[in-house]
Amino acid sequence: MPDEPLIHARGLVKRFGEFTAVDGIDVDVHRGEAFGFLGPNGAGKSSTMRMIGCVSPPTGGMLRILGLDPVRDGPQIRGRLGVCPQQDSLDPELTVTENITVYARYFGIPRRVARERAAELLEFVQLDERANDKVEPLSGGMKRRLTIARALVNEPELVLLDEPTTGLDPQARHLVWERLFRLRQRGVTLVLTTHYMDEAEQLCDRLVVMDRGKIVAEGSPRELIERHSTREVLELRFGEDALEIYTGKLAGIGERVEVLPDRILVYATDGDAAAKAVHDRQLSPSSVLVRRSSLEDVFLHLTGRTLVED
Amino acid sequence: MTATQVIAPGWTASPSPLPVFEHRLAGYRRIWRGSVFSTFLLPVLFLLGMGISVGAFVNRAGELGVPYLDYIAPGLLASTALQVAIGETTWPVMSAFSWIRTYHAMRASPLRPKDLVGGETLFVSLRVGMSAVGFLIVMILFGTVHSWWGVAALPVALVVGAAVAGPVLAFAATIKSDNMFALLYRFAVIPMTLFAGVFFPVAEMPLVARWIAYASPLWHGVELCRAATLGWPPLLPVAAHVAYLAVWAIVGYLLACSRFAKKLTD
Repeated sequence: MPDEPLIHARGLVKRFGEFTAVDGIDVDVHRGEAFGFLGPNGAGKSSTMRMIGCVSPPTGGMLRILGLDPVRDGPQIRGRLGVCPQQDSLDPELTVTENITVYARYFGIPRRVARERAAELLEFVQLDERANDKVEPLSGGMKRRLTIARALVNEPELVLLDEPTTGLDPQARHLVWERLFRLRQRGVTLVLTTHYMDEAEQLCDRLVVMDRGKIVAEGSPRELIERHSTREVLELRFGEDALEIYTGKLAGIGERVEVLPDRILVYATDGDAAAKAVHDRQLSPSSVLVRRSSLEDVFLHLTGRTLVED
Repeated sequence: MTATQVIAPGWTASPSPLPVFEHRLAGYRRIWRGSVFSTFLLPVLFLLGMGISVGAFVNRAGELGVPYLDYIAPGLLASTALQVAIGETTWPVMSAFSWIRTYHAMRASPLRPKDLVGGETLFVSLRVGMSAVGFLIVMILFGTVHSWWGVAALPVALVVGAAVAGPVLAFAATIKSDNMFALLYRFAVIPMTLFAGVFFPVAEMPLVARWIAYASPLWHGVELCRAATLGWPPLLPVAAHVAYLAVWAIVGYLLACSRFAKKLTD
């Protein structure tokens, strides 16, 4: 079974009472891929991750992880996964190194091997200088990197990262991204959830866009943008005015116009040409910005909503 | 990484309670000195305060057959075993579920809920064993141990610890808020400590209260410890007392396994 996907889901469903968190999704993740679940909070990404992590049995559909059944073979599968959970579960009473070595023991790794790997992994996540410090005073970014190091101690075939940079400041995010990028280069299979489109664009070879428990699109970031958006976007702001009145005034410019509460997006192949057309119509926006399309635009087009409500 | 070949294939196939026990040991290593100190200090205070001071006022006619100090010391040993076991299975367990989330970290490994329960029970046994050894040494120094059977109080303490650890682990995995532990202390631990034969014979109480005492695991531990250190025959055959405590331990363990599994699965 050389080409069997590491994750294989068909019609996967998770319900909590009346609420359907995951509503019949099909997913295949192959070895060596960096795969992302992109979607806003509550889209069903974390529920999916918990089913893949074998701590949440599916309500319906089919799920195979590493060719095994997550309900029956949970311990065996988990031994080959690395999990970086959304909520911190480091032990603040132990040192940085102990957090890895004690965790390694859960996987049956001999003490000596655990110590060697802890040293290697702390170097990898740039925490070797803090090896003997307690965990408590570490910054959020350092804790996240330590959690990633801990998840790698069993040399997992598949690493699950649930919102790996949520709550981190921009600098800490970039450090985490850089480490994950290195892992990807080493050929480690990564599966991550995120509601940051830039994270998905930077880290994922392929991703699915989730909304309300369903997959609404699938492909590489570039494919998704090509399929569901234009090459460029013209962002217009018009001071304090109600923006709806501009819908008619902008008609015919670009391929499509989206009116958001604070700005108007004009989707066009050539953003500068569209901006010129706006000026030609005697409209005077307070600000004009031409940018490339992003996954944010894909999500907006597919769902009519923005990813991060702000 | 070169370490791969060191590990035999299939090492993930045998999860066990040991790593969970080791996790608790790693935390305990930082506080063991203070813990050992109080292991000896507490019995000294108990025996001085309760046995010698209170003992000077009670039992003047000698109805108990032995000095009051010697009478209550084995009872206090059993109740210490209970207190230590409950101390280790309440807030630390709540913390591992909800605050530090250690159990969720363990859940991402091959460990099963029963490994978590088993590992915690092992650690409880270690702590109860240490406390019982400390208590017994202090009892010997106070001259309250009348028989070589006294060493049998150690395994009895372990059985008492296991008998309460299981049910309390199950309780800790069920409740939503740690306020519920206050109820556990108010309605179980404190009444047991006061009325399960530690300080006076259960036979002195009205019938209903007596049967409640008989139902409590502590009374059986007190009876066995007292029989051991005073060289008295216990009220029931030793096997009956041990069997009753074993039922608590086994039912509690199974209950805890199922509560842990429920709490860690969604």
